[in-house]
Amino acid sequence: MTYNVQIKVMPLKDLLDPQGKAVLGGLKNLGITSVEDVRVGKHITLQIEAASEAAARSVAEEASKKLLSNPVMEFFEIEFVN
Amino acid sequence: MKFGVVVFPGSNCDRDMQDALQNDLNKEVIMLWHKDKDLSMFSTEDCIVLPGGFSYGDYLRCGAIARFSPMMQSVIDFAKMGGKVLGVCNGFQILCESHLLPGVLLQNANQQFICKNVYISNNATGALKIPIAHGEGRYFANDAVLDELEKNNQVIFRYSDAAGLIDTQFNPNGAVRNIAGIRNKEGNVFGMMPHPERATSALLNNLDGKKVFEFLGLN
Amino acid sequence: MDITVKTAEELRLTAEEFELIQQKLGRTPNFTELCAFSGMWSEHCSYKNSIKWLKTLPRSGGRMLVAAGEENAGLMDMGNGWGVVFKIESHNHPSAIEPFQGAATGVGGIQRDIFTMGARPIASLNSLRFGNITDKKTQRLLSGVVKGIGHYGNCFGVPTVGGEVYFEECYHTNPLVNAMSVGIMQANKMVSATAKGTGNPVIYVGSATGKDGIGGASFASANITEESAEELPAVQVGDPFQEKKLLEACLEVIETGAVVGMQDMGAAGIICSTAEMSAKGEVGMRIDLDKVPMRQKNMKAWELLLSESQERMLMVVEKGREQEVIDVFEKWDLSCSTIGEVTDDGLLKFYMHGELEAEIPAYELVLGGGAPQYTREYKEPAYFEKINAFDINNVTDINAADIKATAEQLIQIPNIASKRWVYTQYDSMVGAANASTNAPSDAAIVLAKGTDKALAVTVDCNSKYVFANPYVGGMIAVAEAARNIVCSGGEPLGVTNCLNFGNPYNPEVYYQFVKAVTGMGDACKKFNTPVTGGNVSFYNQNPEGPVYPTPTIGMVGVIDEFENRMTLDYKQAGDVIILLGKQQNDIASSEYLHKLKGVEYSPVPHFDLDKEFALQQFVANIIKEKLINSAHDLSEGGLLIALLEKGFNRDLGFEINATTDGIRNDAYWFGEAQSRVVVSCSKQQAEVLQQKAKAAGIAFTQLGTVTTDAITINNESWGSITVWKEKYDTAIEKLLK
Repeated sequence: MTYNVQIKVMPLKDLLDPQGKAVLGGLKNLGITSVEDVRVGKHITLQIEAASEAAARSVAEEASKKLLSNPVMEFFEIEFVN
Repeated sequence: MKFGVVVFPGSNCDRDMQDALQNDLNKEVIMLWHKDKDLSMFSTEDCIVLPGGFSYGDYLRCGAIARFSPMMQSVIDFAKMGGKVLGVCNGFQILCESHLLPGVLLQNANQQFICKNVYISNNATGALKIPIAHGEGRYFANDAVLDELEKNNQVIFRYSDAAGLIDTQFNPNGAVRNIAGIRNKEGNVFGMMPHPERATSALLNNLDGKKVFEFLGLN
Repeated sequence: MDITVKTAEELRLTAEEFELIQQKLGRTPNFTELCAFSGMWSEHCSYKNSIKWLKTLPRSGGRMLVAAGEENAGLMDMGNGWGVVFKIESHNHPSAIEPFQGAATGVGGIQRDIFTMGARPIASLNSLRFGNITDKKTQRLLSGVVKGIGHYGNCFGVPTVGGEVYFEECYHTNPLVNAMSVGIMQANKMVSATAKGTGNPVIYVGSATGKDGIGGASFASANITEESAEELPAVQVGDPFQEKKLLEACLEVIETGAVVGMQDMGAAGIICSTAEMSAKGEVGMRIDLDKVPMRQKNMKAWELLLSESQERMLMVVEKGREQEVIDVFEKWDLSCSTIGEVTDDGLLKFYMHGELEAEIPAYELVLGGGAPQYTREYKEPAYFEKINAFDINNVTDINAADIKATAEQLIQIPNIASKRWVYTQYDSMVGAANASTNAPSDAAIVLAKGTDKALAVTVDCNSKYVFANPYVGGMIAVAEAARNIVCSGGEPLGVTNCLNFGNPYNPEVYYQFVKAVTGMGDACKKFNTPVTGGNVSFYNQNPEGPVYPTPTIGMVGVIDEFENRMTLDYKQAGDVIILLGKQQNDIASSEYLHKLKGVEYSPVPHFDLDKEFALQQFVANIIKEKLINSAHDLSEGGLLIALLEKGFNRDLGFEINATTDGIRNDAYWFGEAQSRVVVSCSKQQAEVLQQKAKAAGIAFTQLGTVTTDAITINNESWGSITVWKEKYDTAIEKLLK
């Protein structure tokens, strides 16, 4: 069956996120000052044809490790939505 | 006619614009800081320029953060009063984010930053050789908006070849209908991706940029 | 925690070095102190294995205003009170791990070296080397590095005006990414990287400190293996937007006159900048690490000392004028914090939570102070036997009928073909000062706005030549750079070098290093171009062995009168095409021999330093005397490639009638013997030129004439120049599809 998989790719926790920092500055300029931190990542959805959820998960993991995220700088989380 | 050039954090063509206007077009130029608001030294006969660069790092979306700076609030008011505003490259992106111009600038079709000379044309100027330098310069708007732009003669430049032939093969970034620059319906706000300020000096062997300023009535 | 030899070795210090540290301190260091030594005595910061030979390079004279090694970058006199500051640096190992951020932060780092002195960067260049372009891994590295350089440079707003890209198998695992920046300033406004004045505050500016690239200085000094690629979590992320603000703020703050000294924080971050600034000023510093802006919680003292977070500067400010400085940084929304003060005891004292975490004499940490300097062994590499065994007679020459087909192949070899795919991704025109965009020349010409002069800048190194003969190859790298500047109408001023070599503990590698440095030094003396500084990158190794020895030369020249600028392209049909310099029966180390004939081991191409110098003097003179309309030097691919390249800008062809005079066909058309330049001029000028060449003892060969479009060689039609240009322009793009 087809599994709808959502993958969240975010900069590693301890890594500088220049984009998040600039957005935080922008929010402050707008007067939205209660935001303490911003980190910006990517949200990717995949439709995977697989025999089981486990099989789909392993495909999603492989895709995430090999291409969708750069393990040197990013981590990913996989979520099934169907 | 006086010019004001807005300096955002991350603007990097502000000084080039200043040089071109002052030294090559003999204009008075006042540099404007993004945190200021005062435009009282300008009349609607004058022109505020939003220069190229990477305002606020171009993070999130190009121009999205700059749009909310104090100076931009004044520029928006100035434009609504009929004052002239020119946005080049990042400045064009800011104008679109501010809704002073319709449409949006998307990532180039080849997903790469492109810097090179291109030709842009309209019926009045013929083909002009002007440099581009952008990663997100693919103009896009829906068909209704585009038809409206064309109906009102708001497309100021399209990508072409050296002879002025407008065809997709001469379109560097995939812009819809080869659009390189537009103006608003009232004709006082102009946005374009190519950089006329990089082509106004004989030392650089290209003076076509001067013709852009002339065509826009900014000379 | 017990500090033992084992701890030291884990921090990549040797047992002898640990001993030395104990001696110098008179006690066993604590962990934080040991980390400080580890960072400062790393190859990257201490030059411990190279300094002995670097000192043999000409490091003063000419128009040098600041001797090499004294400041972050060299400063040379442009005349009229203006100075030019330039430096090249490697970011090879970070780029191997994460090509985008590695290359981006390399570009960022070198810009800081320039503006920390008070100069505004006006031009960037880079020198890149990768493995075989058809390899998927190479393509990923190439694409990442080019995007990274563009990402940082384009946003920072300094045009990338020149560079070189080579593809050779030996760079497969360990690509080379060398970035150069050139800035200009009023020479009397230079800010020194020196701490002075007891009680003056030490101010930290820029990004907050995180656990970025910790131990990166040591990391840069270690072999890359598959494992180390896995084990090292910390890449540095560059923020060009932050750096752009930092540039503008630093230049503005210098104008206040309140700055005593300033240095950027690069390798070994806080420890390196505090140690070097203090040692230079013969002072100490008391630093309160709690006041360092931190991006992460619970950072330890040693992490703060070694962190290589980007976009940070350290400055010493006149006491009582802190507010003027703080105001400027606040204007630019940059965080800035007083973290300590200058002391008079020569000691670096770092405090955290009120505790003294480290206490080290600044002098003992730095190059030229207590840092060790080694004399390494070297011996002639075994592969020289294969090079010496080369005999040109064992290579079959090509028939006259095959010249065209050979040229067609060569023009599409990645090392020769247009690098358009690469350089159109860089903003080469921001600054509106790149005079080469519409008028190409051998070196890039950049207007020095604010002065009436222009600069000619280039980076060069044919590492295959250096591999074949490190001494002569080193000379050729300098000679080619000077030739490019001279052919552009410039006067060579000085050199910055980026010395990329393998493991210095391998005597054969060290031989390459010693000989290449000696050759470069001898050539620099001849051209009166002192070496203003640069960078050494050792441990550029693949599992199969070291990369080609690659001493990249960055050279800057000045064009005093812009009307003397010379371009490379044919100007009009009917002009005469002339070769200056002697043809040689030589195909050694050419792209032709290596890539088309598959011969990897051959000697260095023909080169004579005196003849080269004479040729350059001659070309400089005929440009000033307005005797030529174009000049282009011969390099990879030899004569035919140069003839073609001269036609591309204006779509002009050429008709050549050549007698090879006993020289092999391949050597005549594709050989890479040095010291040759193709010029074009009017018929009348040609006659004068011939007389002058004769008088000067320069070989002069009239090859043919420029045509409107068609290429004809010895009566054979080669078709339109535009067809050749298409092949040249698109070769790399096709390989990457």
